[in-house]
Amino acid sequence: MRRRVFGLETEYGISCTVEGRRGMPTEDVARRLFRNVVSWGRTSNVFLENGSRLYLDVGSHPEYATPECSSAHEVVVHERAGDRILDDLRRRTQADLDEEGIAGRIRIFRNNTDFSGNSYGSHENYLVERHGEFQPLADALLPFLVTRQIFAGAGKVLLTARGAVYVLSQRAEHIWEGVSSATTRSRPVINSRDEPHADAERYRRLHVIVGDSNMSDLVTWLRVASCDLVIRLVEEGGALEVPLLESATRAIREVSRDLSGRGAVRLADGRDLPAIEVQRHYLEAVERFLAERHPDDLDAQHVVGEWRRVLTALDRDPMSLEGELDWVAKLRLVQAYQDRNGVGMEDPRIGMLDLAYHDIAPESGLHQLLVRQGRMASLVAEDDVLAAMDEPPRTRALLRGRFLRAAKEHGRDVTVDWVHLKLNGEAPRTLMCKDPLIWDDVRVDRLIEEMAVDR
Amino acid sequence: MSGTERTTGRTSSRDAAEPDPVDAGPGARTAASRPLLDDVDGLLDEIDQVLEVNAEEFVRGYVQKGGQ
Repeated sequence: MRRRVFGLETEYGISCTVEGRRGMPTEDVARRLFRNVVSWGRTSNVFLENGSRLYLDVGSHPEYATPECSSAHEVVVHERAGDRILDDLRRRTQADLDEEGIAGRIRIFRNNTDFSGNSYGSHENYLVERHGEFQPLADALLPFLVTRQIFAGAGKVLLTARGAVYVLSQRAEHIWEGVSSATTRSRPVINSRDEPHADAERYRRLHVIVGDSNMSDLVTWLRVASCDLVIRLVEEGGALEVPLLESATRAIREVSRDLSGRGAVRLADGRDLPAIEVQRHYLEAVERFLAERHPDDLDAQHVVGEWRRVLTALDRDPMSLEGELDWVAKLRLVQAYQDRNGVGMEDPRIGMLDLAYHDIAPESGLHQLLVRQGRMASLVAEDDVLAAMDEPPRTRALLRGRFLRAAKEHGRDVTVDWVHLKLNGEAPRTLMCKDPLIWDDVRVDRLIEEMAVDR
Repeated sequence: MSGTERTTGRTSSRDAAEPDPVDAGPGARTAASRPLLDDVDGLLDEIDQVLEVNAEEFVRGYVQKGGQ
């Protein structure tokens, strides 16, 4: 059975306000959030027992990297577990502030933009085989990634020189290249940085940084699962005529600003093709590929079934997906709010509503409110999310999680990263776990046994 | 992190190639049971409660240094 390793890295936005006005500076809030983590890991970069990594990123964004996942569904579960872990930190930090008599309310948002032109991301990682060439893979994926926002966009109220407009994507306006190694200066769709955190002879990392932070389970799942299938088609040499874009950066903006999904992208050969047709082109190529090579792969059939269902509904009436797609749900809320209050898109309450959709606290997050009230769908049971706060997926993350748990249990000092497990002490020992798919390793078993006896 | 301790469920199998449970896409799926804007006044009242009272200040003050 074919398996791939997936991971999602999420940067969160934070604020601390007193009745809406800026309170404690963001950097200080971030530091306080991590104080609870730091006291445990003694650094602002820790691996947790569920195999994930939590750290303070550039610009004081808390960042949560899921453990190595082996399916798109696991990615959804662990993405949501990350929200819960961050929300636990928020709760504890809020309690600290209250106790110390410091005024301020902390909020954490899993979105991608502030209102001053800054952006932070939701980065997908796909482990791909080294044997294929990277550039053709990146080229083949680009038009797919540029147009998938018609279902994967998280929706955004964008302030422009000519007033506020609603756009499909949070990230589109912040993307400046197709493929490059830049991150903050000139963000690309695909970052070519190659850190596989695995046997570099066999694997490389495909790092997609164009994505929005989706609150909808279905969208996170479909965005990862559909991308996986396109990668697989290219990896296995399936037939795909790539609709090369004239300019990825222009196309991504044009698609984002056209709520019909029919916004055309200009191809290198001069033709204009609606975004939805580009998506259909990929879907159909994947369907042909699966029919020929993997007719019995039911998981893949399910993915293309959902992909097709969503594209068909988008074509007929995007609003029919109000219970599933982030950008549609948010747009409907914005319009309803405007209607009742007679306010324009530029009203700050609309901006606040946009943000509140992404608030990770169950009591104040709008997306969570909609799910709780049966207004939006979910794919994952809450119990699975709670379990994933502690339990790693059955990948290398399981080895890391067991190692960390045993170290805590036996009071041993250890250092870990994605690949290494190090037992510190008089005779330090380091294990290298190069295959992210291997979740059972007798060397790790032995090292854990030694922790118990060898003190 | 979350307070509760769980023991990691391990299987005795040494076969790392053993397939994982299938990608349970539709497994725990819960479909929406009502239209998004059902009882829209009630919904908007709830939304008003979670919006900051001083939205203008909040929106202006919400500045995040650039991430990746």
